[in-house]
Amino acid sequence: MTFRGQNLFIYLLAFTSGFSIMGVELLGGRILAPFFGSSVHIWGSIITVFMLSLSIGYLIGGKLSTRNANLFRYGLIFLVAGCLVMPIAYFANPIMEAIFLQIEDSRYGSLVASMALFFFPTIVLGMISPYSVRLLVTSKEESGQIAGILYFVSTLGSALGTIITSFYFVLYFEVNDIITAFSLILVFLGLAAITLGRKQLASQAAQEPVDQHGKKSQNNASNEVIHES
Amino acid sequence: MKVNLQLTSKSRLSLSLIAVLTTIFALLMSQPVQAKVVHQERSMYRNILVEDTGNLRCLKFNVKSHKTNQSCFLKSEPNRLVFNYTKLLFSGLLVNPNPERILIIGLGGGTMSNTLHQLFPTARIENIEIDPAVIKVARQYFDFFENDIVTSQAKDGRIFIKRAKMKGEAYDWIILDAFNGDYIPEHLMTKEFLQETKDLLTDNGIVTANTFSVSKLYDYESATYQAVFGDFYQVKNKKNENRILLAGKKALPQKAALEANLAAMHDRLKPYGVNILQVFDSMTFDKDWQQDSSVLTDQYSPANLLNQ
Repeated sequence: MTFRGQNLFIYLLAFTSGFSIMGVELLGGRILAPFFGSSVHIWGSIITVFMLSLSIGYLIGGKLSTRNANLFRYGLIFLVAGCLVMPIAYFANPIMEAIFLQIEDSRYGSLVASMALFFFPTIVLGMISPYSVRLLVTSKEESGQIAGILYFVSTLGSALGTIITSFYFVLYFEVNDIITAFSLILVFLGLAAITLGRKQLASQAAQEPVDQHGKKSQNNASNEVIHES
Repeated sequence: MKVNLQLTSKSRLSLSLIAVLTTIFALLMSQPVQAKVVHQERSMYRNILVEDTGNLRCLKFNVKSHKTNQSCFLKSEPNRLVFNYTKLLFSGLLVNPNPERILIIGLGGGTMSNTLHQLFPTARIENIEIDPAVIKVARQYFDFFENDIVTSQAKDGRIFIKRAKMKGEAYDWIILDAFNGDYIPEHLMTKEFLQETKDLLTDNGIVTANTFSVSKLYDYESATYQAVFGDFYQVKNKKNENRILLAGKKALPQKAALEANLAAMHDRLKPYGVNILQVFDSMTFDKDWQQDSSVLTDQYSPANLLNQ
């Protein structure tokens, strides 16, 4: 079922997603400033949107993890997240300009702009935490502890993502370069998880029981239902 | 010889001792009045402090550092400008002597607005200040004057400039004087912002920006202004850490061409404590910054990290 070091790999991915979420959020202030300024409500908009998207992401990620959770699908989440982060770098200006022209009040302008730029990528990034818990937990007794370690790792990632981005990255790189790097790292990790996940599925399929007529059983879930009755 | 030397060093010692004592005494005498806090409040952006030292009233942001004086005026002579950098701003009038529309980004105590209104009673003066509490304090403690043509708005300067351009506004003189606790906000130092500012100028319009001369940002800031405006005047005072950048929509005239206005301007500005001859002397086209410095942009503006 699992390869050696799989849990470590999942923690690494969760760490990276935490790092990217806060890195992007911090740069959000920079990205919005030319159109919506640096008034206190800019951060209000950004933080609101990030918290809202994360909350939705947790819900969806948790739901997704109830059906055939595996590394392959986990990797897909990263791939999608990475692809959704990329447009922040390349389409932010035309998007913000359109909103700036439509909405005079910079409070609602910045709120709508934050939604347009960060809502979807952050939802997908939020899905990662509950899905990670599902992949890591093997028994009820350790579930709380696993969740604790997972939160620890991903929130530590967030802390480092915040400080390293604000203290150092902005000194050496352009905002778009940093966003692109976050995006590429997420895509790369997603592809890595997908590759490992496919191998796992393949070996799983090979081990599956074969019935008298030489056909593989339809799926595990239906078998389990029969046993339960 | 030896004896002589010893005597000299002894007398030197006593002389310096006297000097030190005199200095301490002078310092004690020169500050007989304790600074008194007249008003204090925590706004959304900063701690605001209004302090009276005898006749001098100052607006301060944050308390600890002495560098944070934002605006001062003499209660007995509110027309007289106290701050050196505000005087240097008047170099702009040598280039454009009769501004009819003036935009001030960063209100402070509103002393600049007040003075300009007296100098040009028919000019439209718009003050943009991000912090509503600062506007309130300016009105309450610094006699900040407003009427139909002298106005203030609580807005981010960058947004105001963007919208003003969309509405087809244009200004003869834009004064950039927005500071947060440390320095100029990052999004008000970039090439894109300066381009937006330049676009908002009338054909003879000018920009004067208040900056600091002592920081790593000096080179970056200079390179950014050069990239947007071409050659610009630097106006510095040796005693001061401030540097005014004076730039125009069009290429600025050489100093010799500015001398014509000098005499008339001198008499007009004298009542406000501005010696325009001195200001004129300290104007220079010199490029005293590192020429290969990178330009600050919306993408790359680690301004406040460099400013240390």
